[in-house]
Amino acid sequence: MHKKFIIILITTFTLVCNSNADSNNQLLIKKNEPTEVKDCFEKINRGTFAFNQALDGIIFKPVSSVYKKLPSPIKTGVSNSLTNLSNLVTIPNNLLQGNLSLAGVNSGRLLINTTVGILGIFDVAQHLGMPEYENEDYGQSLATAGVGPGCYIVLPVLGPSTARDTVASLANFMGGDAWYNITVRNNTHHVDDIDYYTSRVTAGVDFRAKNYDSIENLEKNSLDFYASVKSLYLQDRQQKILNSKKIINTQDDSDWEEIQN
Amino acid sequence: MKIKKIFITIIIFFLSLSNVFSMEPDIFVQSTVNRASAILGDNSSKEKKIEKLKSIANETVDIKGIGQYTLGSFRKTLNNEQKKIYNKLFNNYFLISFSSRLAEYTNPEIDVYDKEILNENYTIVNSLLKATNERPQIKIDWRIYTKDPENPLIRDLIIEGLSLARTQKEEFSSIINSNDGDIKALFKVLEDFSNN
Repeated sequence: MHKKFIIILITTFTLVCNSNADSNNQLLIKKNEPTEVKDCFEKINRGTFAFNQALDGIIFKPVSSVYKKLPSPIKTGVSNSLTNLSNLVTIPNNLLQGNLSLAGVNSGRLLINTTVGILGIFDVAQHLGMPEYENEDYGQSLATAGVGPGCYIVLPVLGPSTARDTVASLANFMGGDAWYNITVRNNTHHVDDIDYYTSRVTAGVDFRAKNYDSIENLEKNSLDFYASVKSLYLQDRQQKILNSKKIINTQDDSDWEEIQN
Repeated sequence: MKIKKIFITIIIFFLSLSNVFSMEPDIFVQSTVNRASAILGDNSSKEKKIEKLKSIANETVDIKGIGQYTLGSFRKTLNNEQKKIYNKLFNNYFLISFSSRLAEYTNPEIDVYDKEILNENYTIVNSLLKATNERPQIKIDWRIYTKDPENPLIRDLIIEGLSLARTQKEEFSSIINSNDGDIKALFKVLEDFSNN
């Protein structure tokens, strides 16, 4: 069974992978350019998107509308502790991307915030002047290694993704996420399955609440909401893969240059 | 000698004059934002606020330029008549969509803190929308078209690294492509949006 799974993984990677790993930023930009990502399963994706929207209307939207009214210190504490947990995936990915110094910084951050910061509720590391935290995942590591995104996919409940990112996320369940390992995979008697799933659902609610008005606004003013969400997701992924917030690094300006008055 | 002196004086005069009239993109953004904030913070009705915001958008945003950009490759396939129809429809759509998006905010506080000159045509102005109890701080970058330094214009808003113009472009492209490349399908959607 394990062997079968590995074969499927390798086959999928081969489909989306360019065997030459790029170190060149321009190639990374081109490969992850939102307009270059094909929507191979658009009909199915649109169906799943509609399902997710319905689910959002029934569960996530009402819950997050209550959550966002909670006092700021509570929301900040929840958000901080979720970010702290995400370090457990970020650190191995810092290492996979060859960024040893950042892996060290994030390990220090995890240690300080889990202990002094009381299970990550307080971001003590930030007050100590540590650099701003950047989330990393296995999809980003594969992209950095030169793997293309493959087709755009909308996953039930989880939302937008790509073939590469979906496959890469399986690494979390195969030992790549220490939080999953100690809650679901192994019985540690301290934390349980429910802790893992609660943290995942809370992360979803936290994200929805933080972006509550933006999502409502976008939905109201979009001519094709599905296409808007797809574009925003792919732009965000491109930015995260490049680890850059500089517009000139992530956006192709050639089209703007053609527009004259 | 005298003529030379007069000539130099005239040049200096015109040079200083052009500096007076040109507007720095960051100052332009901050003043535009302050004007919008004042409208959003006053006690007038939502409809009145929307009308005032539309008037600011008409002055400070290059709506025609954004419209051309968002058409992407389809821009080159339009005939003159279609261009006219599109410009009109896009203008209506943009003003309604832009002003109703902004009208949802009450007294937003935006601080401009930096700028980056990309080339003679474009400058990116960096700003921060201050956090409230309900949402975190948001980074907003403004793509300013500076070809005419005396009259800078906003061409794009990049929120946390995500470009609104680019999103719109991909949205339009999706509508046209899912209707077998028929631009009239986009015209109809734009018209329906403005009529609703």
